[in-house]
Amino acid sequence: MRTLKAFGEFVLGSLRIVLRGNGLYWLWLLFLGGLIVRGGVAYATQLEHGLVTTSMRDQASWAFYIGNFTFLVGVAAAAVLLVIPAYVYQWKPIQSVVILGELLAISAITMCGLFVTVDVGRPERLWHLVPGLGRLNVPSSLLAWDVVVVNGYFVLNLVIATYLLFSLFRRHKPDPRLFTPLVLLSIPWAIGIHTVTAFLYNGLAARPFWNSSILAPRFLASAFCSGPAVLLVVMQILRRFTRFEIQDAAIWKVAELMAYAMAVNLFLLGAEVFKEYYSATEHLSHMRYMFSGLEGHAPIVPYMWTSVVCSVVAFLLFLVPRTRRNPISLNLGCILIWIGVYLEKGMGLIVPGLTPDTLGEIYEYFPARTEIWVSAGIFSFGFLLFTLMVKVATPIMLGEFHAQSPTSAA
Amino acid sequence: MSHECDDRGCGEEATPGLSRRDFLCAIAGCAAAAAGSCVDPTHTSFFRDHLRELTPEDRAQMLRELEKDYSARFGQEVEVALDGPREGVEFAYALDLSRCVGCRRCVYACVEENNPSRDPQIHWIRVLEMDKEKGVDFAHANAYYDAQTVPRPGHFYVPVACQHCRNAPCVKTCPVGATWQEPDGIVVIDYDWCIGCRCCMAACPYGARHFNWGEPEIPAEELNPKTHYLGNRPRPRGVVEKCTFCIHRVRAGRYPACVEVCPVGARKFGDLRDPESEIRYILEHKRVFVLKSELDTQPRFYYFFGV
Repeated sequence: MRTLKAFGEFVLGSLRIVLRGNGLYWLWLLFLGGLIVRGGVAYATQLEHGLVTTSMRDQASWAFYIGNFTFLVGVAAAAVLLVIPAYVYQWKPIQSVVILGELLAISAITMCGLFVTVDVGRPERLWHLVPGLGRLNVPSSLLAWDVVVVNGYFVLNLVIATYLLFSLFRRHKPDPRLFTPLVLLSIPWAIGIHTVTAFLYNGLAARPFWNSSILAPRFLASAFCSGPAVLLVVMQILRRFTRFEIQDAAIWKVAELMAYAMAVNLFLLGAEVFKEYYSATEHLSHMRYMFSGLEGHAPIVPYMWTSVVCSVVAFLLFLVPRTRRNPISLNLGCILIWIGVYLEKGMGLIVPGLTPDTLGEIYEYFPARTEIWVSAGIFSFGFLLFTLMVKVATPIMLGEFHAQSPTSAA
Repeated sequence: MSHECDDRGCGEEATPGLSRRDFLCAIAGCAAAAAGSCVDPTHTSFFRDHLRELTPEDRAQMLRELEKDYSARFGQEVEVALDGPREGVEFAYALDLSRCVGCRRCVYACVEENNPSRDPQIHWIRVLEMDKEKGVDFAHANAYYDAQTVPRPGHFYVPVACQHCRNAPCVKTCPVGATWQEPDGIVVIDYDWCIGCRCCMAACPYGARHFNWGEPEIPAEELNPKTHYLGNRPRPRGVVEKCTFCIHRVRAGRYPACVEVCPVGARKFGDLRDPESEIRYILEHKRVFVLKSELDTQPRFYYFFGV
């Protein structure tokens, strides 16, 4: 009963917090809200006329939506992986790092769910995926596995974040017997969601571009770059605007780890490039479509080179100690990594995998306006969710927002 | 002629007790009940169980409701059958590449027979024009050849549709079991169970699966009113479809429409388990091959050079 009452207080207090903020905060919310509305309108059009409003066709049957989904699975996975260095190096604000990672994971998985929902032809039938109600095709379908692990990950992170925040709110110390195993479980699970998502493409022998064992390791390496890039920026914003104490050393350490992850990512990409171009079989066509164009079709070539340049520059910025310690070049690196990995996953993974199609046809896919607006709306919704959650979490972590009612000893 | 689906074919026997549909209706509560969808268990595809779990009575009622809907929509009597596989029959197809002239009559006969959307246009058969110099080479194939007369010099033609693989990657990948292989070898899709995720399309090495990107449009006068639930009945938007070997015809002992229309007799079809069948003759006397054999999909669709 007391817990219930405290929870009511927690919810009401949280509402009050998210409704309080300076002009910049409201401007940010307004910006996100506007994009969410625009995305909603675009989705309404798509629902009315069908997926014909997108640029996807039989030849490129997955594209921008699924690319975004894949990218965000990586963000969700990597956000939690940041917990590892936090433990290993025993950073002081360890709980803050954990909580930021969990909240980012929750937001990213929410976006993943939305991207899958807007991509399917019959969203009202998604209940067919619910075991017991529908007919989840395990163990043979990798998408079925993905549904299980991604949803499981969502629940896991939601439980961890809620438990941690609510405990601190009640001025209880989170019980390590419950908390630590859950956090430790979330680490392999994070690797699991990205691996299973990679296997979703990897297992399709019909698509040689994906049917390469290097795919899952590459997914993880690139995710290790993009997820922490968000957190680095968020940590700096929090440090600037709140009493959050995050040491420079912690930020630099993350940046250093990102440099290694990017090195691995670029190495694996190089290994693929070598294999395809040197053996020069029919399978090379996908990579050529990506980097140089095929028979005059080159709609994504500029994006792929932008991705490569961004990734390489970011790698150098994070590798050299002086540039990763300078706040300007550090943040520039974060943005470049985000762009590099986003283009690589959003455009460079799905579309070249399907182009040319299995019968050799080249369909020049480029996202339609509907797809771009819907995606912008989903990203805004995710950022909104993240903003609101961090807004509530910050004062709790700082001990500024806590239960008024007396609670049993901490 | 008409065979009911048995538990080997279109599904297992339903178990008595609280069905999923009952449960969903219960949680969906009054809204759905008010809309009338729960009063009649099969009227709407929304709360329906998987086809394999419907009782024979539920199935019969579902087919009647579909017939009523389609008949009203197209202003004519539409039949929706659910004939099951015949005992001891296993279908296979063979296509004589040395005869095919690339006239695409099969493509259009298929359209007339199987009620695919005319706009956006869906074709289940794709005829690829290939260079004689290059052999069967998809990377240089052209599906959009526009010729006054065929065959064009220096070219040969490879029609491709669903290969009805024994080791079908599409079936393996479907997250909800909306597509499966029947005992007679036909790979089918339940259009009312498919969620439209398109995993199967990514998995298919033959580009055989097609998605209803827009609302399928079929002029009423072009509708073929004799339909099969797992085959040529009009499809909803947002689901995947493909060749079914003309399931409504072949289970009634007829040839697929493409076999009948082929002017050069390049298309052969029959029962693999019948030693006297033409398909068995071809397998025994001609040298056949399958497309992309390196993927080990084991198609039931063979190609051969007859002359």
